[in-house]
Amino acid sequence: MRNPQLNAHGELTHLLTLEGLPPAVICSILDTAEPFVSIAEREVKKVPLLRGKAVFNLFFENSTRTRTTFEIAAKRLSADVINLNIGASSTSKGETLLDTVDNLVAMDADIFVVRHSQSGAPHLIAEHLLATGRSHVHVVNAGDGRHAHPTQGLLDLYTIRHYKKSFEGLTVAIVGDVLHSRVARSLIHGLTTLGTPEVRVIGPETLMPTKAEALGVRVFHDMREGLRGCDAVVMLRLQNERMNGTLLPSAGEFFKNYGLTQDKLALAKPDAIVMHPGPMNRGVEIDSPVADGERSVILPQVTFGIAVRMAVMSIIAGAR
Amino acid sequence: MNLEIANGRLLDPEHGERQATLYVADGRIAGAGVAPAGFRADRVIDAAGLVVAPGLVDIAVRLREPGLEYKATLESELEAAVAGGVTSLACPPDTDPPLDEPGLVEMLKHRARMLNLAHVFPVGALTVGLRGTALTEMGELTEAGCVAFSQADVALADTELLRRAMQYAATFGYALWLRPSDPYLGRTGVAHDGEVATRLGLAGIPAAAETIALATILALARETGVRLHVCRLSCAQSVALVREAKAQGLPVTCDVAVHHLHLCDVDIGWFDSNARVVPPFRSTRDRAALRAGVADGTIDVVCSDHAPVDDDGKQLPFAEAEPGVTGLELLLPLTLKWAAEEGVSLAQALARITAAPARLLGGTATLAVGAPADLCLFDPQAWWKVERGALRSQGKHTPFLGLEVPGRVRLTLVDGLVVHEA
Repeated sequence: MRNPQLNAHGELTHLLTLEGLPPAVICSILDTAEPFVSIAEREVKKVPLLRGKAVFNLFFENSTRTRTTFEIAAKRLSADVINLNIGASSTSKGETLLDTVDNLVAMDADIFVVRHSQSGAPHLIAEHLLATGRSHVHVVNAGDGRHAHPTQGLLDLYTIRHYKKSFEGLTVAIVGDVLHSRVARSLIHGLTTLGTPEVRVIGPETLMPTKAEALGVRVFHDMREGLRGCDAVVMLRLQNERMNGTLLPSAGEFFKNYGLTQDKLALAKPDAIVMHPGPMNRGVEIDSPVADGERSVILPQVTFGIAVRMAVMSIIAGAR
Repeated sequence: MNLEIANGRLLDPEHGERQATLYVADGRIAGAGVAPAGFRADRVIDAAGLVVAPGLVDIAVRLREPGLEYKATLESELEAAVAGGVTSLACPPDTDPPLDEPGLVEMLKHRARMLNLAHVFPVGALTVGLRGTALTEMGELTEAGCVAFSQADVALADTELLRRAMQYAATFGYALWLRPSDPYLGRTGVAHDGEVATRLGLAGIPAAAETIALATILALARETGVRLHVCRLSCAQSVALVREAKAQGLPVTCDVAVHHLHLCDVDIGWFDSNARVVPPFRSTRDRAALRAGVADGTIDVVCSDHAPVDDDGKQLPFAEAEPGVTGLELLLPLTLKWAAEEGVSLAQALARITAAPARLLGGTATLAVGAPADLCLFDPQAWWKVERGALRSQGKHTPFLGLEVPGRVRLTLVDGLVVHEA
């Protein structure tokens, strides 16, 4: 099967998922991101790599944080940024997803940053652009349904590599609502692609996808057992609507079993880092002393996220 | 009109095969091998190299009338039927409005007769509006032409109503055609609950959503003695349940959609909405069990589960895309492909798409003298490529686009008249 993200020259032309990307492509994004981190520390926080290009933030699902970081990243690359919150406009008027895309292409969009509640929506857009001969327009997936959130996965990889130097010999645990998490799926694909020897997922069976082992992970239901000897602990956000109902009896019971406390963190390696994609639910999946503690790298993740998104956009804009 | 179909390979799934000339007069088969006395052909058709078989019978064809004409019409789909060698078809009641009133059924039958292509056998709605709360007037609907009653793809939640429906149908000898589907389990699902759905982040439908409903249906059928046909099996466990029920003597029949004999969840690829079907494509193990089930006769009938969908309905993210694929013109090729791969004889394969489904419609599909001349002449060695332009159906969506398939229909006869020639 053709990888829809790569062009005929094997270059990254869309970023839709980390699944199936060659390790070299992922590494080159991480390497490209490195100098961009230091741009933030300069007097003039801009480079002219995307000057004259138009980046359309196409958000069919609300998100302030991801949209903002993409906006900052595009602006630091000197692109023009147009933000569209479609959730509230076109689709309610009956316009289809692809009609919306066609209209925006007619406004000379160069890059679409797409967030959608349905798994596969960015693939649909990329396939449509290819089928209609407009493959010069690029798509970056900013989160689709439960499927993928590749820039979050990349920034998580960047963070782990930054603190641990390499993926060799690492054990990484991902904790919480894996079933509904695109963040977890993208990170799992990224970690396994880069050769991380042990990736664990920890949570109750109701929050585990069917045959999770097929993703290349070890499944733990006991958090203490799962955290033992870990180098990095990634906590997932538990959405409000999951907390009371058929998946979990209550937020309190979830925290008791799967909330990250200092007590549980003590089972991981002494230098283990704690990550979270944000926004955090303090007291639900993570205890405040851990979130604010010295092993937390949650805020650096945000900073790295901008650099990684700059890297992705500059690489795909340079594809033939 | 008198027709002489010369030198074909006559293949009657019930009565074996031989190389002979077939004679057609007054819409019926008048002789085989030897011309009837005084026979003078108006036309001689050279069928050398062709298989001459009874016309195909497809028991699940959505014609989209009434109400959904933007997806397909009787004209387009009956043209597609005869192009695919299908001379009789049954259409499920999931139209808009559903086929729950005699007037709708009569209109449909009348429209079909006017077109004079394939014979149309409507399946009536089991409950009013397919809402699962009140029985339809099955007697009136039967008089109007319904051959069976069904909920189409709408799951029936009320088992008390299901039991009463079976008792009532059994009283008068009406048949129920039911697709087993639990109304709750996997209700938000769009793909088989397995590793592919996990990878793609799609909500899953577990196999138990089918097997639980199937066990319920079989238990109530045992109790009520209703004439039961089970529709669209999709998983290995369902095949095992039907096999067991048949072994215990329950007079149940069942079918599978032909695309389920070839594809599995992996074929969704990167969210290909052409692979969005109900029930979903399941695992390779399930597919193997379905193929074996057809070969050993546990599964009696293979159908196309034809469901034309317009482009707007498919150009959507996978979960939002409308389920359904075009299938009328692929029923024969995909059945031949399965038979060749499994080493099943042509006669046995054809029985699953001619004689067995014909029995469900209360008729026969045979080349016997005196039988209606509903015939399909095809070249089993001719391969063709499935492309939008090659399909007569208004529905152009199928996961087999681009695939080369065997079996080209050269001539279709309905009641002795040539309705398709290629």
